[in-house]
Amino acid sequence: MAEGQVTRELPLDGRFAGGASVSVRPAGAARRVSLRVPAESVAAVSNSLGVELPTRPGASAQAGARAVLWLGPDEWLVIEEGERYPMADLEGAGVLFAAVDVSHRNTAILVTGPAAADVLNAGCPRDLSLETFPVSACSRTVLGKIEIVLWRMADDAFRVECWRSFSDYAFDFLKDATRGQ
Amino acid sequence: MLLIRCPYCEEERPELEFRHAGEAHIARPENIADISDEEFAQYFFYRDNPKGMAFERWRHMHGCGRFFNAVRHTVTDKFVMTYKAGEPKPVLEEPQEGQSAP
Amino acid sequence: MTAAGINRIAGKGRLTPANTVRFTFDDKSFTGLAGDTLASALIANNVHLVGRSFKYHRPRGVLSAGAEEPSALVGVRRDAARRAPNIRATVQEIHDGLDAVSQNRWPSLGFDIGAVNDIASPLFSAGFYYKTFMWPKVAWKHFYEPFIRNAAGLGVAPTEIDPDHYASRYVHCDVLVIGGGAAGLAAALAAAETGAQVILCDENAQVGGALRFETEARLDGLGGFDWAEQAAGRLAAMDNVRLLTRTTAFGYYAQNFVGLVERVSDHVAAPDPDLPRERLWQLRARRVIIAAGAIERHMVFANNDRPGIMLASAARMYLNHYGVAVGRSVGVYTANDSAYAAAIDLKKAGVDIPAIVDLRDAPDSGVAEEARALGIRVLTGHAVTGAGGKLRVASMTVEPAKGTAKAEIIPIDALLMSAGWTPSVHMFSQSRGKVAWDEASERFLPGTYAQDCVSVGACNGTDGLEASVAEALAVGETMAKQARPGATTSGVTIRVDGEGKWSGGMSGAAPGSTPGKVIKAFVDYQNDVTAKDIRLAVQEGMHSIEHVKRFTTNGMATDQGKLSNLHGLAIAAEALGRPIPQVGLTTFRPPYTPTTFGAIVNHARGKLFDPVRRTPMHASEEAAGAVFEDVGQWKRAWYYPRSGEDMHAAVNRECKTVREVAGMFDASTLGKIEVVGPDAAQFLDLLYTNPFMKLGVGKLRYGIMCREDGFIYDDGVVARVAEDRFHVTTTTGGAPRVLHHMEDYLQTEFPHLKVWLTSTSEQWAVIAVQGPKAREIVEPFVSGIDLSNEAFPHMSYAEGTVCGVPARVFRMSFTGEAGYEINVPADHGRMVWDAIHERGAPMGMCLYGTETMHVLRAEKGYIIVGQDTDGTVTPHDAGLSWAVGKKKTDFVGIRGLKRPDLAADGRRQLVGLKVKDGKTVLEEGAQIVANPHQPVPMKIIGWVSSSYWSENCGQPIALALIDDGFKRMGETLHVPMPDRVIEVEVCDTVFFDKEGGRLHG
Repeated sequence: MAEGQVTRELPLDGRFAGGASVSVRPAGAARRVSLRVPAESVAAVSNSLGVELPTRPGASAQAGARAVLWLGPDEWLVIEEGERYPMADLEGAGVLFAAVDVSHRNTAILVTGPAAADVLNAGCPRDLSLETFPVSACSRTVLGKIEIVLWRMADDAFRVECWRSFSDYAFDFLKDATRGQ
Repeated sequence: MLLIRCPYCEEERPELEFRHAGEAHIARPENIADISDEEFAQYFFYRDNPKGMAFERWRHMHGCGRFFNAVRHTVTDKFVMTYKAGEPKPVLEEPQEGQSAP
Repeated sequence: MTAAGINRIAGKGRLTPANTVRFTFDDKSFTGLAGDTLASALIANNVHLVGRSFKYHRPRGVLSAGAEEPSALVGVRRDAARRAPNIRATVQEIHDGLDAVSQNRWPSLGFDIGAVNDIASPLFSAGFYYKTFMWPKVAWKHFYEPFIRNAAGLGVAPTEIDPDHYASRYVHCDVLVIGGGAAGLAAALAAAETGAQVILCDENAQVGGALRFETEARLDGLGGFDWAEQAAGRLAAMDNVRLLTRTTAFGYYAQNFVGLVERVSDHVAAPDPDLPRERLWQLRARRVIIAAGAIERHMVFANNDRPGIMLASAARMYLNHYGVAVGRSVGVYTANDSAYAAAIDLKKAGVDIPAIVDLRDAPDSGVAEEARALGIRVLTGHAVTGAGGKLRVASMTVEPAKGTAKAEIIPIDALLMSAGWTPSVHMFSQSRGKVAWDEASERFLPGTYAQDCVSVGACNGTDGLEASVAEALAVGETMAKQARPGATTSGVTIRVDGEGKWSGGMSGAAPGSTPGKVIKAFVDYQNDVTAKDIRLAVQEGMHSIEHVKRFTTNGMATDQGKLSNLHGLAIAAEALGRPIPQVGLTTFRPPYTPTTFGAIVNHARGKLFDPVRRTPMHASEEAAGAVFEDVGQWKRAWYYPRSGEDMHAAVNRECKTVREVAGMFDASTLGKIEVVGPDAAQFLDLLYTNPFMKLGVGKLRYGIMCREDGFIYDDGVVARVAEDRFHVTTTTGGAPRVLHHMEDYLQTEFPHLKVWLTSTSEQWAVIAVQGPKAREIVEPFVSGIDLSNEAFPHMSYAEGTVCGVPARVFRMSFTGEAGYEINVPADHGRMVWDAIHERGAPMGMCLYGTETMHVLRAEKGYIIVGQDTDGTVTPHDAGLSWAVGKKKTDFVGIRGLKRPDLAADGRRQLVGLKVKDGKTVLEEGAQIVANPHQPVPMKIIGWVSSSYWSENCGQPIALALIDDGFKRMGETLHVPMPDRVIEVEVCDTVFFDKEGGRLHG
């Protein structure tokens, strides 16, 4: 489709917060798919997508600019930051599954730096130590009063996915949490 | 804030991720259109309110999204166990108050 | 005399004389030292009088040196907005510019009018309020309540918004150690050396606990405090340890969830504005070690509240830690050895000790001999039966504990007291542990544990430093190993020499405050409860400590009875003639010490109080002059006033324009759910009252969702996007609960269906263009869809592109006009909105908001779920029987709708109302009656659910739920209002274009 030619107006464009130990900034535009796949279709869908759907709770997998996050026993979030169209790639998998384009539903915030976990823990009740939430771990959870998907991309780098209209709150919350860091 | 083990995520998660969803093991009658008023009342309106072990539905609303069942002691707030939706109602021995949950 | 106060003793204490700090108390300037608390600095400056008591306005001084302080409560002001009342002077550290004021006095601390309450005190005995303000009833509102409200409360709350910043942090660890005294430090070291993740918190600025004043203790060859500092340094250097000072564990909740408040900047003169004032730590620990220590009790005797009378350990703390002598001539009254240590330390520092009065005939250890050897007069078997002086203690009256020998009055300027030590079982009790009475030591100690925690040291009743440290080391290692299976053996050892003096103690009223004496012997300083009050409570029939507590308010002040509980219990037990454990002990509840609202609320203030949700087009709407209204968390454009227009004029114009030309409306907040899978139609058939199996691809259907009881739960338009894919819309407010409701049925009742649900509410920006010119306006932007009436009639769905972006276009209407709801990916919403607006505006199109949307839909009789329904309205009641599939054998609500009461006559039904005068707009929510002349209370037969001025109809219109409404067409009913009765006529719900022809235009 022609969508690729039209620039997206991201809700957090141009915002930044943080200092020496942490930075909070919006991620670039991404394509996203909410994937629902019964167990018997996982292999075929993985094949179409070019990424092995992780079946261990809280695991993620990546191939190139495409990541797949386990969110539930039959639910994954596909995030494509490259030029490809995951919805198109899924056509013709030939098995039972459901895919819904949620590219614009979510927006993402990158929280990076040595204090990243501390800043997130201002509102996220999860244990974000590397022992229990290692690199590549992902989960739907809460941040303050909203729901997020949290994905640890490196020891000190997290991606926070939230719904578009909650991104203002999410950013302001994280910004408030960076104060005094 | 309680910690609740999600049987789908296979770990304990903070209560903030969950939503309570009423009493467990109440199946919607297959022939619901034909049941009597009394049967409908039992199905829809009447609920136990036990002091002690309660079988409840929870949803891991802000987690994996799954509904599951839990056995919780309503006095101590201790979760005895959680299990996936559709699994049979477990048979329990009533533990003494104050005793640690397994 | 030094610059930092005349009572400062050279060479004593741990503060640096050169580090002076200027502060004010009641606008008078003083000098203290860095590290002083307000209490230590005031005493150093010979100020003992710091406040007035709550009820009797009695002069009060500093009683303790820690968090248990009930008396020395002050206000602290940083600026106009930063005024914190009821700050414990014993906890607040001074800094340059600290500005503190005394409370509960007028006109001055030294002369207080309210002290008349003290003289009139027979009026204010326990239960006074319960007994007095009962009659006559009318006096309550006009006299008693205002009087009590004026007199009640302590301190003045600030009226301005708190400008400070508060932070929050969730944190997890293997072992939490509460308390950084000798036991806590030892436990933390033992746990940390196993490799476990350890957090140690202590409420004071420095660790050490009692080691801060206990000069005899030596650990690993070091003085107690030096050892504590070294241990803290060792812990702080470890990667697996977080050491939090100035941090109070205030609440212990289920599953080892513990709330801590860290005071981050109250002790700093000019804090970095980005630093929080306080930080709330919400901590989850696999194991908790409680090392909370013990709290010294006061002696209960006449006038035991005079400024200058304080706990013996406090005087020792002021001397040994702060270098401050609490007086020049200090008396001591004790039932316990530890007070001797205070006397000995003071004597050695050059302070005169006129006498140690010991209630016991024979003190347990050699302390009396040691005191006598220093030349101190020791009176064993004696009691202090009264204190002289008013604004400062001036003398003590000493009598033999038994017998009738003549009393001796001994001049003093300070009096130390110790009735013994109460193990601090607060956190243990909060953890739902059950305390047990230890008969031998006459103490409540941790009994049955309810959580994975262990108490060590003084709070566990373990006496003596060596035993406490040994216990803590063992527990620290054990808990670490339980928490972390891979934990190694820690091998920490600590050599302890020098125990200190700890034995002895008593509880209850001492001689001189026994029954029959008309004196004030305070049990609870903060709530002004005396021994006599407790006896009175028993005499009036309170036999349980819970009743005694509520009748007298003993232990109910903000200090939670840290000093008073055991005394109160002992006095009640004596009066009842029953042993203490049979009278009971109150359960301790959070918070352990007063906790600010700021810390609890932390980040959730201002714009972070609740998320504010804006649609993708918000900025354009704002630029167009929209006034917004809150709809749940959403900001929605309400109306778009033009220059000179009020809301009424704007809405009238918008309503006319939509029907005459066109209007554009932001419908993005509608909930949207994508239902995908081969069984999608079957699933919707079960969830909605309408049939969905035969809905064609490219078609729309209005659906009603019921709960199982048959009442309307939500409604919306459903599009069949493909055989196996539906785009479902919900009400704005209903989006999350409808998805939850659908997931519930899908996962637990219909798990066999192959269908999945995904929220797409925020994927799509929704632009409604409605009105006769709608097609002409949008047509140039649309590709891939034939918008002609023939190809794309009312209630159709198609996909194409709009402004070059993929779009889902609904031919539908919530206005009664022909129109479209254009769904485009959210990040493109504003671009498409602006483009359509740019074209439409010159053609006469307006932007319209939610108010116009409401009016237009009401003109058509379209309901809004939650406004025209209230959870007791069935589809039939709402006049929507056509939407209930007659041939369906199952859907959620099918059985509920057959309940006898839902099928019976007399249901409250949705109808239209015309106002007979043709001009009055009814109030929404107004009640409706058939006969306005009936006596009050009238029989209400319904209420107005929606009501507007309709510019298009030239008259007011209303919807109402009325008993048997469908049968009342044409009937005249009445709406009684405070000033008049309004006549209305029942009509059908469609006020405009009854045939509906405009939809198809």
